Amino acid sequence: MPAGLKPILELQEITKAFGGVEALRGVDFALSPGEIHGLVGENGAGKSTLMKIIAGVHADFSGRFILDGRETRFRSVRDAHAAGIAMVHQELSVAPDLSVAENVFLGNQPTNRFGFVQWRRMAREAGEQLKRFGIDVDPMSRLGDLPIGLQQLIEIARVLFSGARIIILDEPTSALSPPEVERLFATLKRLRDEGTSIVFISHFIEDILRVSNVVTVFRNGRKVAETRAADTNKPALIEAMIGHGREALEETYTHDIMLPPPAERPVVLNASGLSLARSLRDVSFDVRAGEVLGIYGFMGCGQLELARILFGKLKPDQGSLAIAGEQKAFRSTAGARRAGIAFVPESRRDMLFHQEPVYKNISISVLDRISSLLLKPSRERKIAARQVDQLRIRPAAVELDLGMLSGGNQQKVALAKWLSYPPRLLVLCEPTRGMDVGAKNDVIHIVRDLRAKGLAVIVLSTEPETVLSLADRIIVLKRGAVVREFSNERISKDRLLEAA
Amino acid sequence: MTSGESVTVPAPDRKRPHRLAVMLRSQMRNIAPFLTLICLFGFFAAASPSFATLDNLGNILTQISVTGIIAVGLTFVILCAEIDLSIAAIANVTGIAVAYFTLQESYVNIANVPMPGWAAILLALALCALLGLVNAFGLTVIGIPSFIMTLAMMQIAAGISALLVRGQIAYKVPPLVTTLGSTSIGGIPWIVIVAALMLLGGHLVLTYTRFGRYVYMVGGNREAAEYSGLNVKLILGSVMVISAVCAGIGGMLGVAHFGSAQQNEFDTYLLDSIAAVVVGGTSLFGGRGGIGNTIVGLFVLGVLNNGLDHVNIDSFLKILIRGLILLAALVINVYAQRLRERTAD
Repeated sequence: MPAGLKPILELQEITKAFGGVEALRGVDFALSPGEIHGLVGENGAGKSTLMKIIAGVHADFSGRFILDGRETRFRSVRDAHAAGIAMVHQELSVAPDLSVAENVFLGNQPTNRFGFVQWRRMAREAGEQLKRFGIDVDPMSRLGDLPIGLQQLIEIARVLFSGARIIILDEPTSALSPPEVERLFATLKRLRDEGTSIVFISHFIEDILRVSNVVTVFRNGRKVAETRAADTNKPALIEAMIGHGREALEETYTHDIMLPPPAERPVVLNASGLSLARSLRDVSFDVRAGEVLGIYGFMGCGQLELARILFGKLKPDQGSLAIAGEQKAFRSTAGARRAGIAFVPESRRDMLFHQEPVYKNISISVLDRISSLLLKPSRERKIAARQVDQLRIRPAAVELDLGMLSGGNQQKVALAKWLSYPPRLLVLCEPTRGMDVGAKNDVIHIVRDLRAKGLAVIVLSTEPETVLSLADRIIVLKRGAVVREFSNERISKDRLLEAA
Repeated sequence: MTSGESVTVPAPDRKRPHRLAVMLRSQMRNIAPFLTLICLFGFFAAASPSFATLDNLGNILTQISVTGIIAVGLTFVILCAEIDLSIAAIANVTGIAVAYFTLQESYVNIANVPMPGWAAILLALALCALLGLVNAFGLTVIGIPSFIMTLAMMQIAAGISALLVRGQIAYKVPPLVTTLGSTSIGGIPWIVIVAALMLLGGHLVLTYTRFGRYVYMVGGNREAAEYSGLNVKLILGSVMVISAVCAGIGGMLGVAHFGSAQQNEFDTYLLDSIAAVVVGGTSLFGGRGGIGNTIVGLFVLGVLNNGLDHVNIDSFLKILIRGLILLAALVINVYAQRLRERTAD
């Protein structure tokens, strides 16, 4: 941080509560011009809430908000934009049906003096900007046709080149491949040198340390540490984030592990020759009882489609599935569920009912087991309470609306709803994405418990750590095809990345 | 457990007022229509001595009965975040069908097919169920948005009506339908009793059965319902059939109630039913509301229509006023949704 510079933005004593739950408690935060400020903390620690206050998303909070030395208060995102503040949110928010160029210029398309959009100019400028960012796409192609990782990059690019002087990035790298991350960092550093202030939120502590000047640690709605990035290291930051011993974390970050030999157990699922237009080519594998199969690959490698075929949401063009030796062609997700398959998609928004209480979220997948015609709410609550207890979901209140829970706890609810009547096969997409270290660890233990009980588990992820920490056997997908299988051998993150 | 620490329990002394505020906000959707109803009732009671009488209350109940029967099924559809624009046309065609299969007086010039009363009723019910199935098929199997699918069905049902009566009017319906539609028991019109029973039935199904829960979940987040392994298409298809059958029952009793079966008889019931459901506070975005809301909405419309007749008002102005009240209710609907989203953030 350039010492002695006056902060461009200063927050004092910020407190913010959601329905009686305090997300921020008296937090001070300052941002200097030309710095990259890293934020770390567990899920629900308050990072995103604070950033949403800065970006004008939350207007009702207490505390002082000082921009350029003057106390101010945004009433909306629009106010924040007008003040030169822009944010990339954790969840993708693009317009998939518009062109790449329209997305880049969303909200401020270049117009001529009659108010008509200058399409050619817009396409040219969008193309140039993206090229500077290392993205080479036709600016007039439909955004929704591009891989998710590329869409995310384009959303980031839009904000980076919007001319904002304060840019907030919430978990921008989770869907990006390593070379894409490199390009992002190079651009961030250039913007910083040009005087832009950047806030960077990430669970990847290595990334935070590499790119930030200053790092602030949040825990439990409070700021617990602020330090120059050069003066700290990963273990110290993790310790500050969690606030207690970190022996349990070691396995999460294993870099060289030994995969066990294949078990002599019955095959639960056999997939053979699965193909889907443009997404998958001749994918075959099997999973045995009591085994965790990891499926690793970069964004857009076909994982998402593969998972959806397994759960009956997509129909493969070719190929077949067999459950315990019996051929199955699912006509709906209900068919897959009845065959004993459980599925947790990668996005929390898609798998939970945010306006419903926790117990209804948990009981939904087993309602037909506990009731035929009439509901049995007391039984539902009992089942939910047991899961909340076993998975240590906090707060442990089954009546609370799901939306009141933090992201990590919501993710556990998504798991919990499948576990009251254990399935035969559990398909998990990105089970630890966007989670803090503690919650990641919880999920790892839950999956290991299930494996010990004889469940077959498939974990699909774009994060090598996730696959490495969970899987007994790993297959690597690349452009829709299986390119490598790791079994009964030593493996490290490097070797996995190399294979993809 | 680490992430457990990250949620704070508020101090007990602060909890109460806060909880209440949160509850009020989240109940806004239910409170606002009820307040509207009380205000309207108070206004008309003050403005006209003939409004707040037991007799007139009976009138209001009778006037909202047909709408009420139709609105039961529509509530299911709107809870699923779909819409059914064919309800009035299906009501009409079912009413006409039941008359078509009943022996008419000799002066009625319709080439009808007389049958025993029970057979006429069953055939009419089968017809509306079939039209509902076609809606369901278009929506779930072909994938036509319900707005368009039921718009087409509206025309199809109107077309069948036209072919059956060919511009004529039929008067006779089976005795059971006549009894339920136009007679009273102990001073209470049967049609009010039928409407009340159907509303009660709808409420019980939505609140206490597994199917009812599924309806709310599909409406709340269709993607999540699918990823929870629910058969979303089956549920959507079912609500379209329920809607058509409710409309058909309303249509049969309506024909008996009006004393005649003819083309375009139910046209105003489409907007009235949608208005009743939405004014009552059931979310157009799905997942929120229910029969209780629909009942309040029915009374708001009933009191409004009836009350405007009691105060001396230009009958052409009535239409405008109804429109404005509907708009106000929609505004509340959207704001209630927004408030709730903010609390659940």
